[in-house]
Amino acid sequence: MNKGTVLAEQTHTPAQGPNTTDRIVERIRNGDVRTVSRLIRNIEDKNPRATELIKSLFPLTGRAHVIGLTGAPGAGKSTLSDALITNYRKQGKTVGVLAVDPTSPFTGGAILGDRVRMQKHAEDKGVFIRSLATRGALGGLSDAVDEAIHVLDAMGKDIILVETVGTGQSEVDIMNNAHSILLVLTPGMGDEVQTIKAGVMEIADLFVINKADQPGAAKLLNELTRALDMADGFRSGWRPPILTVENLAQSEPFLAKVDQVRSKIDEHYELLRDSDVLKERERRKAGVQLKHALDSGLVDKVVESLHESGKWEEMLTALAGKQSDPYSLTEDIVSLVCAEDWRQRLNAMPITADRREKT
Amino acid sequence: MADKTLRILVAKPGLDGHDRGARILARAFRDAGFEVVYTGCHQTPEQIVNAALQEDVDCVGLSCLSGAHKALFPKVVDLLREQGADDIVVVGGGIIPKQDMPYLRERGVQEIFTPGTPLEDIISWVKTNVSPRDEL
Repeated sequence: MNKGTVLAEQTHTPAQGPNTTDRIVERIRNGDVRTVSRLIRNIEDKNPRATELIKSLFPLTGRAHVIGLTGAPGAGKSTLSDALITNYRKQGKTVGVLAVDPTSPFTGGAILGDRVRMQKHAEDKGVFIRSLATRGALGGLSDAVDEAIHVLDAMGKDIILVETVGTGQSEVDIMNNAHSILLVLTPGMGDEVQTIKAGVMEIADLFVINKADQPGAAKLLNELTRALDMADGFRSGWRPPILTVENLAQSEPFLAKVDQVRSKIDEHYELLRDSDVLKERERRKAGVQLKHALDSGLVDKVVESLHESGKWEEMLTALAGKQSDPYSLTEDIVSLVCAEDWRQRLNAMPITADRREKT
Repeated sequence: MADKTLRILVAKPGLDGHDRGARILARAFRDAGFEVVYTGCHQTPEQIVNAALQEDVDCVGLSCLSGAHKALFPKVVDLLREQGADDIVVVGGGIIPKQDMPYLRERGVQEIFTPGTPLEDIISWVKTNVSPRDEL
């Protein structure tokens, strides 16, 4: 066994000790692994302190190129992530990875197994890998992904790879988080109609047909090409390329293909930056972020306050008894929260406490 | 606040490639409601420790069948301590002779589970002795 290295940062301080916001932000900027991973943990746990820290980190974000990898379970997303990490490291770029796996709807547990394919990078200081469980989110990601991207961005990672759970057709949340989206497909996934369906097929900036040595790869390539030919122009002036990869465990041809994939991703990002498309995507992302924050910062707070004052139960009784309707009740709630005592009450509540289970 | 979820890393240090036990345990931890980071076989202590730090786990479970546990388990404990991460609980399992247990405990491995230990005993030990982390 080789003598390995442990990511000892010069600036390392254990997670205990003086933890003013400024010091924590400083540690994150210096790439302190424990601070970064603990903050992501606090974000996942919906800890109000994490929200405060994200506020301070926000001005440091916006530098990283965020790449989404999505596709069905077993399509080869983690193997491709692993190869892309190697490739980007050769380019001298630092890489952050967020890999999402599903949470059990029965026990709340999860097997986070994407690291298995990427563990050879565990001793590389330029790579930070964090696994996340969906914890009930249904769009292919986890609620914490958005803010975890900010943390890795503030940490100074050049490239951030976000690997979704194994998705079906409608898990398209990644479109609101990534600049460039790779859809990994494999042969034998159905007929031609699948390639023209709405949903995940529409959000790809790059198609990667993996396991292209298996039967049906040429057919899939043709069908996908025809589906793209049908498109009436492309929103960003970018026709998504289709690349085929024979996943032969790090062979020369495989690595050459991965290099092609990487250079196409870079090309896509250049195009985004040189046009207004990047600004449009950032605005769309901003809309989603604000709506998300408003949900937890206003809507969820209002619901909790209604619970506390007993009004929620009253309203449900009225609604179930048909003495009122949801729209009239919403009008009543709006009038209610505009009152001074309610305004003060809402302002005093922290933003991210998890209130959804109560509704 | 949402309930905090316990995070645990299951790893196989060393050269043996028999991960059936480790996978059964990972699955049992999943069913107990833990988030289980699984890193697979042939891991060096350095890889395991770096993964534990990046994943902010509360506990590291090591499985070794090759006989190298006396070298590998304490190495993981030492590297965690060097990183100021001795708050992460380290437990071990696999083919561990009885006479090696005192040494492993002395070197900071907090509990050893040998073949035949009921899964519920292991889970209940973890629930009793490991708690999810607090805020920064």
